[in-house]
Amino acid sequence: MVVFFIMSFVGCLRLPETHPSYDDREIAGPVETGPAFCVETVLRAESICKSFDSHKVLRNVSLTVERGELVSIIGPSGCGKSTFLRCLNFLEIPDSGTVTIADDSIRRNEGPWRSSDEAQAHQLRAHVGMVFQSFNLFPHRTVLDNVMLAPRVVKHVAPSVIESEARELLAKVGLEAAALRYPATLSGGQQQRAAIARALAMRPDVMLYDEPTSALDPRVAEEVLEVMRALDREGMTQIVVTHDMRFARAASDRIVFMESGEIIEIADPDEMYLNPKDSRTREFLGASL
Amino acid sequence: MRKPVWRAVLLAAFALFIFGAAARADEPLRWAADGTANVPFTFHDPAEESHMVGFEYDIMQEIGRRLGREVQFTQNDWDGLIPGLQRGFYDMVADGIEMTPEHVEALDFSRPYYMTTERIVVRRDQAGLDSFERLGGHTVGTIKDTLAERMLRTRPDVTLRSYDEESNAFSDLRNSRLDAVLLDGPIALYYGEADPDFRIVGPPIGHLAYGIAFRKGANQELRHRVDEALQAMIADGALHRILARWNLWTPEMADWTGDRSVPNIVPTEWEHYLASTAPARGWTARFYRYVSFLPLIGRGALLTLMVSGCAMVLAVGMGLALALTRRYGPSWLAALATLYVEIVRGTPLLIQILFIFYGLPSIGIRLSPFVAGVIGLGMNYAAYEAENYRAGLQSVARGQMEAATALNMTHLQALRYVVVPQAFRVVVPVMTNDFISLLKDSSLVSIITLTELSQTYVRLSSTYFDYFGPGLMVGAAYLLLGLPFVRLAKLAERRLAVSERRGGRH
Ligand SMILES: Nc1ncnc2c1ncn2[C@@H]1O[C@H](COP(=O)(O)OP(=O)(O)OP(=O)(O)O)[C@@H](O)[C@H]1O
Ligand SMILES: [Mg+2]
Repeated sequence: MVVFFIMSFVGCLRLPETHPSYDDREIAGPVETGPAFCVETVLRAESICKSFDSHKVLRNVSLTVERGELVSIIGPSGCGKSTFLRCLNFLEIPDSGTVTIADDSIRRNEGPWRSSDEAQAHQLRAHVGMVFQSFNLFPHRTVLDNVMLAPRVVKHVAPSVIESEARELLAKVGLEAAALRYPATLSGGQQQRAAIARALAMRPDVMLYDEPTSALDPRVAEEVLEVMRALDREGMTQIVVTHDMRFARAASDRIVFMESGEIIEIADPDEMYLNPKDSRTREFLGASL
Repeated sequence: MRKPVWRAVLLAAFALFIFGAAARADEPLRWAADGTANVPFTFHDPAEESHMVGFEYDIMQEIGRRLGREVQFTQNDWDGLIPGLQRGFYDMVADGIEMTPEHVEALDFSRPYYMTTERIVVRRDQAGLDSFERLGGHTVGTIKDTLAERMLRTRPDVTLRSYDEESNAFSDLRNSRLDAVLLDGPIALYYGEADPDFRIVGPPIGHLAYGIAFRKGANQELRHRVDEALQAMIADGALHRILARWNLWTPEMADWTGDRSVPNIVPTEWEHYLASTAPARGWTARFYRYVSFLPLIGRGALLTLMVSGCAMVLAVGMGLALALTRRYGPSWLAALATLYVEIVRGTPLLIQILFIFYGLPSIGIRLSPFVAGVIGLGMNYAAYEAENYRAGLQSVARGQMEAATALNMTHLQALRYVVVPQAFRVVVPVMTNDFISLLKDSSLVSIITLTELSQTYVRLSSTYFDYFGPGLMVGAAYLLLGLPFVRLAKLAERRLAVSERRGGRH
């Protein structure tokens, strides 16, 4: 607890500007927010370990993210970026470690995954939205239905309310005209923006992106990145696994560099690019620039 | 529109079930025979199809009258008669069962009620086959499990063909696939002598006695009372009168009973039979005869539809459960589901239906024929549907489940709203095909006493020796029943195509 407080305080010093909130209702949660000028920790992963069979993919990965931050995760292929991201919303079950998001926390300690754990994960996922490299829109439903489905069946919100919210979100990602089209008829960029709208419809505290633009050509990718920047300006907390170094450097508040299942370095973009502390970071950035 | 129809079907099935159960309660004298084309033993009156007639039927009615009990006839397939007796579905079987040493070993018998011999029947123009010895070098047909078959087995020089249905033997005789038929006297008379194309030749061969069969060791009391009734019927000439009406009083009967009287009795039943099966002459007569088949075919079609409909509902529900279990269930349950699918797909449907109807009573599960048929067909098709659905579920990308989970849907919600609807589109074309073949496979339930469409065909065609007209009519009925599914498949495909194209037109 003490460590946590000090860390938040350090975070405050590093990021003195407070972001406008994405949603006023959600900021008024029970989490202790500390001094008025300070920011609130919205996600905390502690010592996440994960193996597939005997292959250790994550070794003691810890990360703290504050509300409104945009954190990019970079690193060589196969280093565990996706696995880490998927551990945050329990699409992948970590072997050990603790994930805390907003006021929900799950601690894993090697044991089997029980249905009570699944119930906890269900609570925790309510705070998290996720966007996939391959979009994963529901092909049998219109874009509007894609956005409306989860709020309707998970949250049981009245259909009229859902629809107006969904149309607002589609407008926000520039897809109001495509509301009644089926995903197969959209371009990749449009599909990914629809997927973002779909995730936002659940009013998450944190958005996770796993290589959101890797399947897109650069011009189309820019549409998606622009949506992410706009969300950042609104104060959405976002964690982005990406190979797009330009975006990572320009848009991130912090960059996480991973290699072989470990976080090697966390730094401000400029600091990481101009003055990487670890030789492996320097090597990776050198190779990818 | 869809719902009320299903409800009606289910309701009807339920009513049938209840009716079956209720009939058991007031304890009439229950006996069984295969009344399908079983002339002159027990059969449907060609002039009035809903009416059972036959010399055995008359004898059983007379016995019931003498015992002061209501008589209840149960239709059962020949092969199922004895298993059904042993399961206690009824108390007695009277269906020309010979009192051979093997039969007497396995069953209890009443005293004989009929004595007869084997007779040779040939085409009217055929000469020279007029004794058992002279059958050598020829192809001879008979009914399986008869004295005639056993006798012919001892003759390596005879090419033997054994049939289930006497009508098939005679139709092969007519088509010259057989040179002669050797059969029990009553059959030879009614199928052979009654038909202008055939005649009985030569002297009587062998000797056989028919008795009423009871389950071994059970019902001693009833058996004695039946024996007394038969004895009385012989003494007062009632048996003689019944047999004379059917033109079936034989010298063997006279020797056995010592009754050498010649009562002044017109063979009314024999004449009635000759009159009503005489080939319809001219197109109008033929037309009216076919029209008279319609209610019967309609009834058969209704039963086929009800059995198939209920079986389909079962197959879809159970198939989906099996498929979901195999893909998403805990591993031990998935293994069980796999085992089920493999067993069901690896064994014949016919065996499964017989097992459910005749086998399960051994462990105390007694089902009405309708319910047994529905369960047999439904559980069988469930295995095939399960495989179909599993392939459908597998065709849905993994990412879909992940996206739904990330949106905080529960497993069930993800299946219901995301995975299953997508799998459904892959599955529909195969499913409609399965439904059509289920409709056709439903003919197998005829072996557990259900007179559905195909059984109606067997009955009509063998009664009138007309396989052509009834065949066309029954075939048309099957096509008509299948039509909605063909339409449904088309409709479903079109709707899916539209939903995939719709966005493009904006
Ligand atoms: N379901 C799984 N079963 C077994 N091994 C897996 C599984 N998922 C990932 N891995 C392995 O874990 C390691 C890390 O995978 P991960 O997808 O997290 O890497 P990544 O950093 O996202 O790579 P990329 O940049 O190529 O997406 C890889 O070696 C991969 O082969
Ligand atoms: Mg990855």
